[in-house]
Amino acid sequence: MTASPVLALDRVSKSFGPIEVLHGIDLALRAGEVLALIGENGAGKSTTMKILAGYQPASSGRILLDGEEITFGSLHEAEMAGIVMIHQEFNLAEQLTVEQNIFLGRELRRGWLLDKARMRRLTREYLDRVECRVHPDTLVSELSNSDKQMVEIAKALSRDARVLIMDEPTAVLTGTETRVLFEQVRAMKAAGTAILFTSHKLGEVAEIADRVTVLRDGALVHDGPVAEITEDAMATAMVGRDVSDLYPAKPGDASDGEILLRVEGLDVPGHASDIGFELRRGEILGIAGLIGSGRTEAMEGLCGLRPAHAARIEIAGRTVTIDRPGDALANGLCYLTEDRKLRGLLLDKGLRENLTLQALHKFGGILIDTAAEERALDRAIETFDIRAGQRGVRVGNLSGGNQQKLLLAKVMQSDPAILIVDEPTRGIDIGTKQQIYSFLRDLAREGCGIVMISSEMQEVIGLADRVMVMRSGRIAGVLSGDGITEDAIVRHAMGVGQMEKAAS
Amino acid sequence: MTTDTAPPAARRTLPSMSVLGPVIALVVLIVIGALLNPNFLGPANITNVLARSAFIGIIAVGMTFVITAGGLDLSVGSMAAFIAGLMILVMNAALPTLGVGVPIILLGMAVALIAGILAGLLNGFLITALGIEAFIVTLGTMGIYRSLVTWLADGGTLSLDFELRGFYRPVYFDGILGVSWPIIVFALTVIAGEILLSRARFGRHCAATGSNEHVAHYSNVDVNRTRLLTYAMLGMLVGVATIMYVPRLGSASASTGVLWELEAIAAVIIGGTLLKGGFGRVWGTVIGVLILSMIDNILNLTDLVSPYLNGAIQGVIIILAVILQRGAKAKG
Ligand SMILES: Nc1ncnc2c1ncn2[C@@H]1O[C@H](COP(=O)(O)OP(=O)(O)OP(=O)(O)O)[C@@H](O)[C@H]1O
Ligand SMILES: [Mg+2]
Repeated sequence: MTASPVLALDRVSKSFGPIEVLHGIDLALRAGEVLALIGENGAGKSTTMKILAGYQPASSGRILLDGEEITFGSLHEAEMAGIVMIHQEFNLAEQLTVEQNIFLGRELRRGWLLDKARMRRLTREYLDRVECRVHPDTLVSELSNSDKQMVEIAKALSRDARVLIMDEPTAVLTGTETRVLFEQVRAMKAAGTAILFTSHKLGEVAEIADRVTVLRDGALVHDGPVAEITEDAMATAMVGRDVSDLYPAKPGDASDGEILLRVEGLDVPGHASDIGFELRRGEILGIAGLIGSGRTEAMEGLCGLRPAHAARIEIAGRTVTIDRPGDALANGLCYLTEDRKLRGLLLDKGLRENLTLQALHKFGGILIDTAAEERALDRAIETFDIRAGQRGVRVGNLSGGNQQKLLLAKVMQSDPAILIVDEPTRGIDIGTKQQIYSFLRDLAREGCGIVMISSEMQEVIGLADRVMVMRSGRIAGVLSGDGITEDAIVRHAMGVGQMEKAAS
Repeated sequence: MTTDTAPPAARRTLPSMSVLGPVIALVVLIVIGALLNPNFLGPANITNVLARSAFIGIIAVGMTFVITAGGLDLSVGSMAAFIAGLMILVMNAALPTLGVGVPIILLGMAVALIAGILAGLLNGFLITALGIEAFIVTLGTMGIYRSLVTWLADGGTLSLDFELRGFYRPVYFDGILGVSWPIIVFALTVIAGEILLSRARFGRHCAATGSNEHVAHYSNVDVNRTRLLTYAMLGMLVGVATIMYVPRLGSASASTGVLWELEAIAAVIIGGTLLKGGFGRVWGTVIGVLILSMIDNILNLTDLVSPYLNGAIQGVIIILAVILQRGAKAKG
């Protein structure tokens, strides 16, 4: 048990400019052990991991490899030492193929030429191990987020790591994919790899980790075997308060509310067809389904973000046409994207520019009223508890969860009457999740209609008043009240529910 | 809820090297120039430098918008030559009917502006509606306009009617209170451009489009319209620059406006606008233009280095500017 650590941090601190984000962290990774690092958004998990893997230098303190102090001059040195990291935000070259990515920087050669046959064989092997069905020649830019993550994992497997560091690997994965990943983790652990990972899903931590370390505001507040701590205790240690009531109470029947949105016969070529539903004032409608079932595309089509055609769209009783995003916003219909990095936020820009981009017309006439923007930012930081370190920080340097909060704040600048949120709590810590759930519920209570696409089953069950399940681009079933169970959702999503629906 | 946001005092960050760099370079050039030649800071020379900067400067302001929005326009030099040729042809042709006077000058100006806007719209249309790379489209139109002006001039020079030229000359050589018209027009363009880019909604949309067009699209920015407008605006400013340029020589030929596109792009980049888009500043472009024309001026005024090395020195400055930008970005 007390084997000496493979890789360790000794009183490591890290500052960005004047702000210290890690205060003297001690951490030890041991061979054959899975360590979970958990903490709130912005607690410093990703930063800790990047220091361990040589992506960022520590400001002070020592990094020990097999007990010897090291400084990584370059990423290559860390890789040579057998340390592999999977980033929270993908680190794949979008314009290369899956195979080229897996062997990027260490292409196999035979003489002067690339050994394409062997690389192809190995790529297939790695992809098989993670049960990922993409073709090695697919461009990474064409992959879904979960496939990208599986490719990242395959890439990490290919490196024969002594130390594997994974930053929120499961955030974009489905349940099945997570299980596949965990099998691989167990295999690697048995082979003696030291593994460090982080997740905001505490159930996963309890399932796979041997030890758990809790960070709060850049300091260690707990470290011990996972068997000795309950999930509730983990959450309390992270957040510093009790978060056992995750979901706000449902108000009960909303079926008498006025119909805010009615969609009939919505087709999104190639992704979804014949989608029709109603949304009432004060209601939260969940959309469940497997990744790739066309949920995102259907809603993007509805909001004019991609080519689509609808037989009829009615908002608050009026028939409307939505061809462009501007039409949707003009009708109070607003969409929060699932992909905050590529579609949601300008990573090179500051908080203020991002916050107001979508609702810029509200801030001054032709000239922008920056003072009003600053006031809006003050309010957003307060309402959504955005922890930015410095106010002038590039949004790309915010922690993942704080980016998500900013995205929500940005969408709210448009004062939506109907809000469609797509994976609203991806990468968000449990304390903030609770805040977002109660925020959405309050919004509904104030008369908003909310559609929530989510792959997190518990979230759909806990928050939604009605649930629409999609499968292969079509609506497979609608559940409400006590009928919203994990079992029912899974059956519709997998296609088992079809017959019953026909029968009823 | 607690927020660990910095106090308002920290809102203003210190000017970084990418801001100070071009300013320092310009100051150093002015000091060097003043030390080498006592006439350097004389009003005559300053007016000369500024008036010569005006053509490239007016175009470079438009180029700042195009590059900020993630585009590029290589055709502006030949576009200027083509517009100059067209203007001269139209004015000569209208001379018998309109005679020498203000109306014919206004006609020429209108032709230049409309031709510029149309040429810019054409570039923008091919780039946005057909989705062809800006580099390719404008490389193509660059060749087209250059060859058109050569053809219009039949390989030689198109000259404005002699009398007309005399009447039009003051537009380049006169001004108000000793400040010549090109400088006034340049200054107005810069002020309008700076406000538009840094304070107006359109400028924010340009930067968002250049920074990440998908994010811009999802944020209800009409990406194609924004791009199209930047090209149209640049075309119009090329027209404006040509209006100021034609009275200077009164002629246009195949060698008019050669390499203007590169000088304009260089000025934009030296000024701190990112070549890959997403961030631009008009005042920086002005400094870039001034740096380029001061180098030229200093080399001409002194015999320290041959003026033939002008291009080499400009090249070094451009590369240095980009290195500075990169350093500033790595730190930020
Ligand atoms: N390059 C950077 N420049 C400035 N500040 C940074 C930078 N990288 C991280 N930070 C700040 O350091 C703090 C810790 O960030 P980190 O990404 O490690 O958080 P995290 O625990 O991984 O959070 P999350 O769960 O949201 O991913 C945050 O306040 C973040 O804004
Ligand atoms: Mg993180």
